[in-house]
Amino acid sequence: MASLRSFLRSGKNAVSAVLRREFHGTPPAAVQVTVRDALNQALDEELERDERVFLLGEEVAQYDGAYKVSRGLWKKYGDKRIIDTPITEMGFAGIAVGAAMAGLRPICEFMTFNFSMQAIDQVINSAAKTYYMSAGLQPVPIVFRGPNGASAGVAAQHSQCFAAWYGHCPGLKVVSPWSAEDAKGLLKSAIRDDNPVVFLENELMYGVPFEMSEEAQSKDFLLPIGKAKIERQGNHVTLVSHSRMVSLCLDAAAVLAKEGIECEVINMRTIRPLDAEAIETSVMKTNHLITVEGGWPQFGVGAEILARIMEGKDFFICF
Amino acid sequence: TYADFTPQASFDIKKCDVHKLEEGPPLQAVLTREEGLQYYRTMQTMRRMELKSDQLYKQKIIRGFCHLYDGQEACAVGIEAGINLTDHLITAYRAHGYTLTRGGTVREIMAELTGRRGGIAKGKGGSMHMYTKHFYGGNGIVGAQVPLGAGVALACKYLGKNELCVCLYGDGAANQGQIFETYNMASLWKLPCIFICENNKYGMGTSVERAAASTDYFKRGDFIPGLRVDGMDVLCVREATKFAAEHCRSGKGPILMELQTYR
Repeated sequence: MASLRSFLRSGKNAVSAVLRREFHGTPPAAVQVTVRDALNQALDEELERDERVFLLGEEVAQYDGAYKVSRGLWKKYGDKRIIDTPITEMGFAGIAVGAAMAGLRPICEFMTFNFSMQAIDQVINSAAKTYYMSAGLQPVPIVFRGPNGASAGVAAQHSQCFAAWYGHCPGLKVVSPWSAEDAKGLLKSAIRDDNPVVFLENELMYGVPFEMSEEAQSKDFLLPIGKAKIERQGNHVTLVSHSRMVSLCLDAAAVLAKEGIECEVINMRTIRPLDAEAIETSVMKTNHLITVEGGWPQFGVGAEILARIMEGKDFFICF
Repeated sequence: TYADFTPQASFDIKKCDVHKLEEGPPLQAVLTREEGLQYYRTMQTMRRMELKSDQLYKQKIIRGFCHLYDGQEACAVGIEAGINLTDHLITAYRAHGYTLTRGGTVREIMAELTGRRGGIAKGKGGSMHMYTKHFYGGNGIVGAQVPLGAGVALACKYLGKNELCVCLYGDGAANQGQIFETYNMASLWKLPCIFICENNKYGMGTSVERAAASTDYFKRGDFIPGLRVDGMDVLCVREATKFAAEHCRSGKGPILMELQTYR
Protein backbone atom coordinates (compact mmCIF):
# COMPACT_ATOMS: atom_id res chain seq x y z
CA MET A 1 0.00 0.00 0.00
CA ALA A 2 2.74 2.43 0.95
CA SER A 3 4.69 1.75 -2.20
CA LEU A 4 1.65 2.32 -4.33
CA ARG A 5 1.04 5.60 -2.64
CA SER A 6 4.60 6.74 -3.18
CA PHE A 7 4.27 5.71 -6.79
CA LEU A 8 1.33 8.00 -7.08
CA ARG A 9 2.95 10.79 -5.10
CA SER A 10 5.91 10.75 -7.42
CA GLY A 11 3.72 12.47 -9.94
CA LYS A 12 3.46 9.72 -12.44
CA ASN A 13 0.12 9.13 -14.06
CA ALA A 14 -2.27 7.19 -11.89
CA VAL A 15 -3.33 4.62 -14.39
CA SER A 16 -4.46 1.46 -12.76
CA ALA A 17 -7.51 0.86 -10.62
CA VAL A 18 -6.62 1.86 -7.09
CA LEU A 19 -8.41 2.54 -3.86
CA ARG A 20 -8.76 6.17 -4.69
CA ARG A 21 -7.86 8.67 -7.38
CA GLU A 22 -5.05 11.09 -6.86
CA PHE A 23 -4.63 14.40 -8.62
CA HIS A 24 -1.56 14.58 -10.78
CA GLY A 25 1.03 16.75 -9.15
CA THR A 26 3.73 16.89 -6.44
CA PRO A 27 2.57 17.73 -2.94
CA PRO A 28 4.67 20.25 -0.97
CA ALA A 29 7.66 18.70 0.75
CA ALA A 30 7.05 20.49 4.05
CA VAL A 31 8.39 18.89 7.17
CA GLN A 32 7.86 19.36 10.88
CA VAL A 33 10.93 21.02 12.44
CA THR A 34 11.37 22.14 16.03
CA VAL A 35 12.71 25.62 16.76
CA ARG A 36 15.79 23.98 18.27
CA ASP A 37 16.55 22.07 15.10
CA ALA A 38 15.89 25.12 12.96
CA LEU A 39 18.45 27.09 14.98
CA ASN A 40 20.86 24.18 14.75
CA GLN A 41 20.47 24.09 10.97
CA ALA A 42 21.05 27.83 10.71
CA LEU A 43 24.22 27.61 12.79
CA ASP A 44 25.50 24.62 10.84
CA GLU A 45 24.87 26.22 7.47
CA GLU A 46 26.47 29.54 8.40
CA LEU A 47 29.51 27.86 9.97
CA GLU A 48 29.94 25.91 6.78
CA ARG A 49 29.46 28.90 4.52
CA ASP A 50 31.90 31.32 6.13
CA GLU A 51 35.21 30.34 7.73
CA ARG A 52 35.20 33.42 9.92
CA VAL A 53 32.01 32.42 11.76
CA PHE A 54 32.52 30.72 15.11
CA LEU A 55 30.46 30.01 18.22
CA LEU A 56 31.49 30.58 21.83
CA GLY A 57 29.68 30.27 25.11
CA GLU A 58 29.12 28.06 28.14
CA GLU A 59 28.60 24.37 27.34
CA VAL A 60 28.24 24.98 23.59
CA ALA A 61 30.91 22.48 22.55
CA GLN A 62 31.34 19.25 24.46
CA TYR A 63 27.94 19.37 26.17
CA ASP A 64 26.23 19.98 22.79
CA GLY A 65 24.70 23.17 24.18
CA ALA A 66 22.96 23.82 27.48
CA TYR A 67 19.67 23.45 25.62
CA LYS A 68 21.13 21.29 22.87
CA VAL A 69 20.83 24.05 20.28
CA SER A 70 24.45 23.48 19.17
CA ARG A 71 24.16 19.70 19.13
CA GLY A 72 26.65 18.02 16.81
CA LEU A 73 28.49 21.21 15.90
CA TRP A 74 31.63 20.63 17.98
CA LYS A 75 31.91 17.14 16.60
CA LYS A 76 31.72 18.53 13.08
CA TYR A 77 33.78 21.72 13.39
CA GLY A 78 36.14 21.13 16.31
CA ASP A 79 37.75 23.25 19.00
CA LYS A 80 38.71 26.13 16.75
CA ARG A 81 35.14 27.02 15.67
CA ILE A 82 33.08 25.90 18.69
CA ILE A 83 34.59 27.17 21.95
CA ASP A 84 33.56 26.28 25.51
CA THR A 85 34.12 29.21 27.84
CA PRO A 86 34.48 29.48 31.62
CA ILE A 87 31.52 31.01 33.48
CA THR A 88 32.74 34.56 32.94
CA GLU A 89 30.25 36.44 30.79
CA MET A 90 31.85 39.85 30.91
CA GLY A 91 35.18 38.35 29.87
CA PHE A 92 34.00 36.14 27.06
CA ALA A 93 31.53 38.64 25.66
CA GLY A 94 34.38 41.16 25.52
CA ILE A 95 36.59 38.59 23.84
CA ALA A 96 33.85 37.92 21.28
CA VAL A 97 33.47 41.64 20.55
CA GLY A 98 37.24 42.03 20.17
CA ALA A 99 37.33 39.11 17.75
CA ALA A 100 34.56 40.76 15.72
CA MET A 101 36.52 44.01 15.61
CA ALA A 102 39.53 42.12 14.29
CA GLY A 103 37.60 40.61 11.37
CA LEU A 104 35.96 37.41 12.61
CA ARG A 105 32.19 36.84 12.84
CA PRO A 106 31.52 35.47 16.32
CA ILE A 107 28.25 34.11 17.68
CA CYS A 108 28.29 34.69 21.43
CA GLU A 109 25.84 32.52 23.33
CA PHE A 110 24.48 33.57 26.72
CA MET A 111 22.99 30.64 28.57
CA THR A 112 20.09 32.94 29.20
CA PHE A 113 19.89 36.65 28.59
CA ASN A 114 19.71 37.20 32.35
CA PHE A 115 23.43 36.54 32.36
CA SER A 116 23.96 39.02 29.59
CA MET A 117 23.43 41.64 32.27
CA GLN A 118 26.87 40.73 33.55
CA ALA A 119 28.26 41.55 30.14
CA ILE A 120 25.89 44.33 29.17
CA ASP A 121 28.68 46.91 29.09
CA GLN A 122 30.44 44.91 26.37
CA VAL A 123 27.19 44.53 24.39
CA ILE A 124 26.26 48.20 24.53
CA ASN A 125 29.43 50.23 25.02
CA SER A 126 31.88 48.04 23.12
CA ALA A 127 29.65 46.52 20.44
CA ALA A 128 26.62 48.74 19.82
CA LYS A 129 28.22 52.17 19.99
CA THR A 130 31.53 51.57 18.22
CA TYR A 131 30.42 51.89 14.60
CA TYR A 132 29.01 55.32 15.35
CA MET A 133 31.86 56.54 17.55
CA SER A 134 34.41 55.52 14.93
CA ALA A 135 32.43 57.23 12.16
CA GLY A 136 32.15 53.92 10.33
CA LEU A 137 35.81 52.90 10.65
CA GLN A 138 35.17 49.98 12.99
CA PRO A 139 32.26 47.61 12.32
CA VAL A 140 31.37 44.93 14.87
CA PRO A 141 29.72 41.98 13.09
CA ILE A 142 28.64 39.93 16.11
CA VAL A 143 25.53 38.00 17.13
CA PHE A 144 24.58 37.62 20.79
CA ARG A 145 22.04 34.84 21.14
CA GLY A 146 20.34 32.78 23.80
CA PRO A 147 17.02 32.18 25.54
CA ASN A 148 15.17 35.25 26.79
CA GLY A 149 12.18 35.82 29.02
CA ALA A 150 10.23 33.53 31.28
CA SER A 151 10.85 29.82 31.49
CA ALA A 152 9.13 27.16 33.62
CA GLY A 153 9.34 28.12 37.29
CA VAL A 154 12.95 29.29 37.33
CA ALA A 155 12.21 32.30 39.59
CA ALA A 156 12.74 36.02 39.15
CA GLN A 157 16.49 36.13 38.54
CA HIS A 158 16.22 33.75 35.60
CA SER A 159 13.04 35.06 33.97
CA GLN A 160 13.63 38.59 32.75
CA CYS A 161 12.75 39.68 29.22
CA PHE A 162 15.41 41.94 27.74
CA ALA A 163 13.59 43.01 24.59
CA ALA A 164 12.89 46.51 25.92
CA TRP A 165 16.36 47.07 27.37
CA TYR A 166 18.22 46.13 24.19
CA GLY A 167 15.50 47.58 21.97
CA HIS A 168 16.26 50.95 23.48
CA CYS A 169 19.80 51.18 22.13
CA PRO A 170 20.81 52.61 18.77
CA GLY A 171 23.56 50.63 17.11
CA LEU A 172 21.93 47.28 17.91
CA LYS A 173 19.53 45.19 15.92
CA VAL A 174 17.23 43.16 18.16
CA VAL A 175 15.42 40.13 16.83
CA SER A 176 12.81 37.95 18.54
CA PRO A 177 11.72 34.93 16.48
CA TRP A 178 8.67 32.80 17.16
CA SER A 179 8.39 29.89 14.70
CA ALA A 180 11.00 27.51 13.32
CA GLU A 181 11.08 29.43 10.04
CA ASP A 182 11.57 32.68 11.94
CA ALA A 183 14.37 31.11 13.94
CA LYS A 184 16.23 29.80 10.94
CA GLY A 185 15.76 32.69 8.52
CA LEU A 186 16.41 35.39 11.09
CA LEU A 187 19.45 33.73 12.64
CA LYS A 188 21.03 33.33 9.22
CA SER A 189 20.32 36.98 8.46
CA ALA A 190 21.69 38.02 11.83
CA ILE A 191 24.93 36.14 11.26
CA ARG A 192 25.33 37.67 7.80
CA ASP A 193 24.57 41.17 9.11
CA ASP A 194 27.57 43.42 9.72
CA ASN A 195 25.93 45.02 12.75
CA PRO A 196 25.77 43.70 16.32
CA VAL A 197 22.53 41.70 16.58
CA VAL A 198 20.86 40.60 19.81
CA PHE A 199 18.93 37.42 19.03
CA LEU A 200 16.30 36.66 21.67
CA GLU A 201 15.18 33.04 21.64
CA ASN A 202 12.79 31.37 24.07
CA GLU A 203 13.51 28.21 26.00
CA LEU A 204 9.90 27.03 26.04
CA MET A 205 9.74 27.32 22.24
CA TYR A 206 12.80 25.17 21.56
CA GLY A 207 10.87 21.90 21.56
CA VAL A 208 7.83 23.17 19.62
CA PRO A 209 7.53 21.77 16.09
CA PHE A 210 6.41 23.93 13.18
CA GLU A 211 5.81 23.18 9.56
CA MET A 212 8.74 24.31 7.50
CA SER A 213 8.22 24.91 3.80
CA GLU A 214 10.59 23.55 1.18
CA GLU A 215 11.82 27.06 0.56
CA ALA A 216 12.69 27.45 4.23
CA GLN A 217 14.70 24.27 4.17
CA SER A 218 17.17 25.65 1.65
CA LYS A 219 20.67 26.72 2.67
CA ASP A 220 20.14 30.28 1.52
CA PHE A 221 16.80 30.89 3.18
CA LEU A 222 16.96 34.33 4.77
CA LEU A 223 14.31 36.45 6.43
CA PRO A 224 14.74 40.22 6.45
CA ILE A 225 15.43 41.81 9.80
CA GLY A 226 12.95 44.62 10.50
CA LYS A 227 9.85 43.15 8.86
CA ALA A 228 6.89 41.82 10.82
CA LYS A 229 4.65 38.99 9.59
CA ILE A 230 0.88 38.72 9.67
CA GLU A 231 0.33 35.24 11.06
CA ARG A 232 -3.44 35.45 10.89
CA GLN A 233 -5.66 37.81 8.93
CA GLY A 234 -8.59 39.49 10.63
CA ASN A 235 -10.79 42.57 10.60
CA HIS A 236 -11.88 43.27 14.14
CA VAL A 237 -8.86 43.62 16.40
CA THR A 238 -5.08 43.66 15.95
CA LEU A 239 -2.97 41.59 18.30
CA VAL A 240 0.73 42.44 18.18
CA SER A 241 3.25 40.17 19.81
CA HIS A 242 6.71 38.60 19.61
CA SER A 243 8.26 35.27 20.52
CA ARG A 244 6.25 32.81 22.60
CA MET A 245 3.33 35.17 23.09
CA VAL A 246 2.45 34.84 19.41
CA SER A 247 1.27 31.32 20.23
CA LEU A 248 -0.88 32.78 23.00
CA CYS A 249 -2.37 35.30 20.58
CA LEU A 250 -3.19 32.64 18.02
CA ASP A 251 -4.85 30.53 20.70
CA ALA A 252 -6.85 33.55 21.85
CA ALA A 253 -7.79 34.31 18.24
CA ALA A 254 -9.12 30.76 17.84
CA VAL A 255 -11.31 31.17 20.92
CA LEU A 256 -12.60 34.58 19.81
CA ALA A 257 -13.31 33.33 16.29
CA LYS A 258 -16.02 31.12 17.76
CA GLU A 259 -17.74 34.30 18.96
CA GLY A 260 -17.36 35.85 15.54
CA ILE A 261 -14.46 38.15 16.44
CA GLU A 262 -11.69 37.88 13.85
CA CYS A 263 -8.29 38.86 15.21
CA GLU A 264 -5.36 39.91 13.06
CA VAL A 265 -2.25 38.50 14.69
CA ILE A 266 1.03 40.21 13.93
CA ASN A 267 4.30 38.46 14.72
CA MET A 268 6.79 41.30 15.17
CA ARG A 269 9.86 39.12 14.42
CA THR A 270 12.10 42.14 15.01
CA ILE A 271 12.09 44.46 18.03
CA ARG A 272 14.60 46.92 16.62
CA PRO A 273 14.12 48.31 14.00
CA LEU A 274 10.41 48.16 14.80
CA ASP A 275 8.07 47.53 11.85
CA ALA A 276 5.68 50.27 12.85
CA GLU A 277 4.29 50.44 9.33
CA ALA A 278 2.89 46.91 9.48
CA ILE A 279 1.19 47.63 12.79
CA GLU A 280 -0.20 50.96 11.60
CA THR A 281 -1.62 49.42 8.43
CA SER A 282 -3.35 46.77 10.48
CA VAL A 283 -4.71 49.23 13.03
CA MET A 284 -6.07 51.42 10.24
CA LYS A 285 -8.09 48.37 9.17
CA THR A 286 -9.25 47.08 12.55
CA ASN A 287 -9.22 50.23 14.73
CA HIS A 288 -8.42 48.11 17.77
CA LEU A 289 -5.01 47.22 19.15
CA ILE A 290 -3.72 44.97 21.90
CA THR A 291 -0.01 44.37 22.46
CA VAL A 292 0.98 41.12 24.15
CA GLU A 293 4.45 40.56 25.53
CA GLY A 294 6.36 38.60 28.14
CA GLY A 295 8.22 41.67 29.44
CA TRP A 296 7.23 44.09 32.16
CA PRO A 297 4.73 46.76 31.13
CA GLN A 298 6.49 49.94 32.25
CA PHE A 299 8.78 51.36 29.56
CA GLY A 300 8.27 48.16 27.58
CA VAL A 301 7.85 46.99 24.01
CA GLY A 302 4.07 47.47 24.13
CA ALA A 303 4.49 50.95 25.57
CA GLU A 304 6.67 51.89 22.60
CA ILE A 305 4.22 50.45 20.07
CA LEU A 306 1.33 52.34 21.62
CA ALA A 307 3.34 55.55 21.68
CA ARG A 308 4.27 55.15 18.01
CA ILE A 309 0.65 54.54 17.02
CA MET A 310 -0.62 57.48 19.03
CA GLU A 311 2.07 59.76 17.63
CA GLY A 312 1.57 58.41 14.12
CA LYS A 313 0.20 60.47 11.27
CA ASP A 314 -2.95 58.38 10.94
CA PHE A 315 -4.00 58.23 14.58
CA PHE A 316 -6.70 60.87 14.41
CA ILE A 317 -8.11 59.41 11.22
CA CYS A 318 -9.05 56.34 13.27
CA PHE A 319 -11.63 58.44 14.99
CA THR B 1 81.58 64.02 9.96
CA TYR B 2 80.84 62.34 13.26
CA ALA B 3 77.76 60.77 11.69
CA ASP B 4 79.92 58.79 9.23
CA PHE B 5 81.78 57.02 12.05
CA THR B 6 79.07 56.17 14.55
CA PRO B 7 76.04 54.55 12.94
CA GLN B 8 74.99 52.95 16.21
CA ALA B 9 75.77 52.73 19.91
CA SER B 10 75.25 50.27 22.72
CA PHE B 11 73.54 51.21 25.96
CA ASP B 12 73.22 49.44 29.29
CA ILE B 13 69.62 49.24 30.39
CA LYS B 14 68.03 48.46 33.72
CA LYS B 15 67.35 44.86 34.65
CA CYS B 16 63.64 43.98 34.71
CA ASP B 17 62.05 42.24 37.70
CA VAL B 18 60.58 38.95 36.54
CA HIS B 19 57.66 36.79 37.63
CA LYS B 20 57.41 33.12 36.65
CA LEU B 21 60.19 33.58 34.09
CA GLU B 22 63.64 32.00 33.98
CA GLU B 23 65.24 35.11 32.56
CA GLY B 24 64.29 38.59 31.44
CA PRO B 25 65.11 40.81 28.47
CA PRO B 26 68.78 41.55 27.65
CA LEU B 27 70.69 44.14 29.69
CA GLN B 28 72.11 45.89 26.68
CA ALA B 29 70.38 47.62 23.81
CA VAL B 30 71.79 48.64 20.48
CA LEU B 31 70.47 51.89 19.04
CA THR B 32 71.14 52.94 15.45
CA ARG B 33 71.28 56.55 14.40
CA GLU B 34 68.07 56.33 12.38
CA GLU B 35 66.22 54.66 15.22
CA GLY B 36 67.45 57.20 17.73
CA LEU B 37 66.38 60.13 15.64
CA GLN B 38 63.02 58.55 14.86
CA TYR B 39 62.23 57.76 18.49
CA TYR B 40 63.28 61.25 19.54
CA ARG B 41 61.22 62.96 16.84
CA THR B 42 58.14 60.91 17.66
CA MET B 43 58.42 61.48 21.40
CA GLN B 44 58.99 65.20 20.98
CA THR B 45 56.06 65.50 18.61
CA MET B 46 53.91 63.59 21.07
CA ARG B 47 54.98 65.86 23.93
CA ARG B 48 54.28 69.01 21.96
CA MET B 49 50.92 67.67 20.78
CA GLU B 50 49.82 66.81 24.30
CA LEU B 51 50.93 70.11 25.79
CA LYS B 52 49.14 71.98 23.05
CA SER B 53 46.03 69.91 23.65
CA ASP B 54 46.25 70.86 27.32
CA GLN B 55 46.26 74.54 26.34
CA LEU B 56 43.34 74.09 23.96
CA TYR B 57 41.40 72.21 26.60
CA LYS B 58 41.86 75.03 29.08
CA GLN B 59 40.65 77.44 26.43
CA LYS B 60 37.58 75.20 25.99
CA ILE B 61 38.40 74.64 22.34
CA ILE B 62 38.59 70.95 23.21
CA ARG B 63 35.43 69.80 25.05
CA GLY B 64 34.53 66.66 26.94
CA PHE B 65 37.39 64.56 28.21
CA CYS B 66 41.06 65.05 27.37
CA HIS B 67 43.40 62.51 28.97
CA LEU B 68 46.97 63.50 28.22
CA TYR B 69 49.95 61.32 27.62
CA ASP B 70 52.80 63.76 28.30
CA GLY B 71 55.36 62.06 30.49
CA GLN B 72 54.60 58.59 29.18
CA GLU B 73 55.95 59.01 25.65
CA ALA B 74 58.69 56.42 26.08
CA CYS B 75 56.03 53.77 26.65
CA ALA B 76 54.16 54.25 23.38
CA VAL B 77 57.29 54.73 21.31
CA GLY B 78 59.18 51.88 22.95
CA ILE B 79 56.27 49.46 22.50
CA GLU B 80 55.81 50.32 18.83
CA ALA B 81 59.55 49.82 18.32
CA GLY B 82 59.20 46.28 19.66
CA ILE B 83 56.32 45.18 17.40
CA ASN B 84 55.23 45.66 13.78
CA LEU B 85 52.46 47.77 12.31
CA THR B 86 50.83 44.49 11.24
CA ASP B 87 50.43 43.58 14.90
CA HIS B 88 47.43 44.88 16.79
CA LEU B 89 47.08 47.28 19.70
CA ILE B 90 44.30 48.41 21.98
CA THR B 91 44.38 50.79 24.90
CA ALA B 92 42.18 52.75 27.29
CA TYR B 93 41.33 56.44 27.10
CA ARG B 94 44.83 57.89 27.39
CA ALA B 95 45.20 57.12 23.73
CA HIS B 96 46.56 60.11 21.80
CA GLY B 97 50.13 58.82 21.90
CA TYR B 98 49.18 55.44 20.51
CA THR B 99 47.02 56.97 17.79
CA LEU B 100 50.19 58.72 16.63
CA THR B 101 52.46 55.66 16.78
CA ARG B 102 49.85 53.53 15.06
CA GLY B 103 49.73 55.71 11.97
CA GLY B 104 47.54 58.70 12.84
CA THR B 105 48.76 62.20 11.94
CA VAL B 106 48.92 65.12 14.35
CA ARG B 107 46.45 66.99 12.15
CA GLU B 108 43.87 64.19 12.24
CA ILE B 109 44.28 63.83 15.99
CA MET B 110 43.89 67.50 16.78
CA ALA B 111 40.98 67.83 14.38
CA GLU B 112 39.30 64.94 16.19
CA LEU B 113 39.97 66.51 19.58
CA THR B 114 38.40 69.76 18.45
CA GLY B 115 35.40 67.96 16.93
CA ARG B 116 36.15 68.72 13.31
CA ARG B 117 35.13 66.79 10.24
CA GLY B 118 38.76 66.24 9.28
CA GLY B 119 39.28 64.30 12.50
CA ILE B 120 40.28 60.68 12.52
CA ALA B 121 36.69 59.69 13.43
CA LYS B 122 35.09 62.67 11.65
CA GLY B 123 34.71 64.42 14.99
CA LYS B 124 32.26 61.81 16.31
CA GLY B 125 34.63 60.09 18.68
CA GLY B 126 36.68 62.75 20.35
CA SER B 127 39.62 62.16 22.64
CA MET B 128 38.69 58.66 23.70
CA HIS B 129 37.59 57.10 20.42
CA MET B 130 40.28 57.30 17.76
CA TYR B 131 40.97 54.37 15.47
CA THR B 132 43.53 53.44 12.81
CA LYS B 133 44.39 50.22 11.02
CA HIS B 134 45.07 47.50 13.62
CA PHE B 135 44.46 50.04 16.40
CA TYR B 136 41.19 49.56 18.20
CA GLY B 137 41.12 52.81 20.17
CA GLY B 138 40.63 54.60 22.47
CA ASN B 139 38.10 53.00 24.90
CA GLY B 140 36.12 54.94 27.47
CA ILE B 141 35.06 52.23 29.92
CA VAL B 142 37.89 51.42 32.32
CA GLY B 143 39.03 47.84 31.86
CA ALA B 144 36.62 46.95 29.03
CA GLN B 145 39.42 47.09 26.49
CA VAL B 146 41.22 44.15 28.08
CA PRO B 147 38.77 41.42 27.06
CA LEU B 148 38.50 43.17 23.69
CA GLY B 149 42.28 42.92 23.30
CA ALA B 150 42.22 39.22 24.11
CA GLY B 151 39.50 38.86 21.48
CA VAL B 152 41.74 40.51 18.93
CA ALA B 153 44.48 38.08 19.98
CA LEU B 154 42.04 35.22 19.49
CA ALA B 155 41.42 36.46 15.95
CA CYS B 156 45.19 36.61 15.39
CA LYS B 157 45.56 32.99 16.46
CA TYR B 158 42.45 31.93 14.50
CA LEU B 159 43.62 33.55 11.27
CA GLY B 160 47.12 32.18 11.68
CA LYS B 161 49.10 35.16 10.43
CA ASN B 162 51.63 35.18 13.28
CA GLU B 163 50.33 38.52 14.54
CA LEU B 164 49.84 39.42 18.17
CA CYS B 165 47.83 41.93 20.17
CA VAL B 166 49.23 44.44 22.66
CA CYS B 167 46.55 45.12 25.24
CA LEU B 168 47.12 48.12 27.51
CA TYR B 169 45.49 49.20 30.72
CA GLY B 170 46.36 51.41 33.66
CA ASP B 171 47.10 50.81 37.34
CA GLY B 172 43.51 51.83 38.10
CA ALA B 173 42.03 49.34 35.66
CA ALA B 174 44.31 46.58 36.97
CA ASN B 175 41.85 45.95 39.80
CA GLN B 176 38.92 45.28 37.43
CA GLY B 177 37.38 41.82 37.60
CA GLN B 178 37.03 41.45 33.84
CA ILE B 179 40.81 41.67 33.55
CA PHE B 180 41.20 38.57 35.70
CA GLU B 181 38.55 36.82 33.62
CA THR B 182 40.64 37.72 30.60
CA TYR B 183 43.91 36.47 32.14
CA ASN B 184 42.16 33.15 32.69
CA MET B 185 40.88 32.68 29.16
CA ALA B 186 43.98 34.08 27.46
CA SER B 187 46.09 31.64 29.43
CA LEU B 188 43.78 28.65 28.90
CA TRP B 189 43.62 29.21 25.15
CA LYS B 190 47.25 30.41 24.80
CA LEU B 191 46.25 33.64 23.10
CA PRO B 192 49.09 35.73 21.61
CA CYS B 193 48.40 38.70 23.87
CA ILE B 194 50.87 41.04 25.58
CA PHE B 195 49.07 42.58 28.55
CA ILE B 196 50.72 45.86 29.49
CA CYS B 197 49.92 47.75 32.66
CA GLU B 198 51.01 51.38 32.42
CA ASN B 199 51.54 52.16 36.08
CA ASN B 200 51.67 55.92 36.33
CA LYS B 201 51.07 55.80 40.09
CA TYR B 202 47.53 57.24 39.92
CA GLY B 203 44.20 55.75 38.95
CA MET B 204 42.25 58.87 38.02
CA GLY B 205 42.99 60.87 41.20
CA THR B 206 43.71 58.04 43.60
CA SER B 207 47.25 56.91 44.34
CA VAL B 208 48.07 53.23 43.85
CA GLU B 209 48.66 52.54 47.55
CA ARG B 210 45.08 53.59 48.31
CA ALA B 211 43.51 51.53 45.51
CA ALA B 212 45.43 48.26 45.31
CA ALA B 213 46.15 45.68 47.98
CA SER B 214 49.08 44.58 45.82
CA THR B 215 50.94 47.14 43.71
CA ASP B 216 53.11 44.45 42.10
CA TYR B 217 51.02 44.72 38.95
CA PHE B 218 53.39 42.50 36.98
CA LYS B 219 52.60 39.65 39.37
CA ARG B 220 48.84 40.10 39.32
CA GLY B 221 48.53 37.80 36.31
CA ASP B 222 49.40 34.97 38.71
CA PHE B 223 49.87 32.07 36.28
CA ILE B 224 50.90 34.51 33.51
CA PRO B 225 54.64 35.33 33.40
CA GLY B 226 55.42 38.98 34.12
CA LEU B 227 58.04 41.70 33.75
CA ARG B 228 58.43 44.99 35.59
CA VAL B 229 60.01 47.53 33.23
CA ASP B 230 61.35 51.06 33.58
CA GLY B 231 58.76 52.87 31.48
CA MET B 232 60.74 56.11 31.34
CA ASP B 233 63.50 54.52 29.24
CA VAL B 234 62.49 53.98 25.63
CA LEU B 235 65.18 51.32 25.08
CA CYS B 236 64.16 49.39 28.17
CA VAL B 237 60.57 49.38 26.95
CA ARG B 238 61.63 48.34 23.46
CA GLU B 239 63.76 45.42 24.64
CA ALA B 240 61.06 44.22 27.02
CA THR B 241 58.44 44.42 24.26
CA LYS B 242 60.66 42.46 21.87
CA PHE B 243 61.14 39.85 24.57
CA ALA B 244 57.40 39.67 25.19
CA ALA B 245 56.58 39.52 21.48
CA GLU B 246 58.98 36.62 21.03
CA HIS B 247 57.26 34.82 23.92
CA CYS B 248 53.84 35.24 22.29
CA ARG B 249 54.87 34.41 18.76
CA SER B 250 56.51 31.18 19.90
CA GLY B 251 53.07 29.98 21.03
CA LYS B 252 53.71 30.13 24.77
CA GLY B 253 50.57 32.17 25.38
CA PRO B 254 50.11 35.56 27.03
CA ILE B 255 52.67 37.58 28.98
CA LEU B 256 52.30 40.61 31.23
CA MET B 257 54.46 43.74 31.40
CA GLU B 258 54.23 46.50 33.96
CA LEU B 259 55.69 49.79 32.74
CA GLN B 260 56.59 52.13 35.59
CA THR B 261 55.98 55.61 34.32
CA TYR B 262 54.51 58.97 35.26
CA ARG B 263 52.12 61.60 33.89
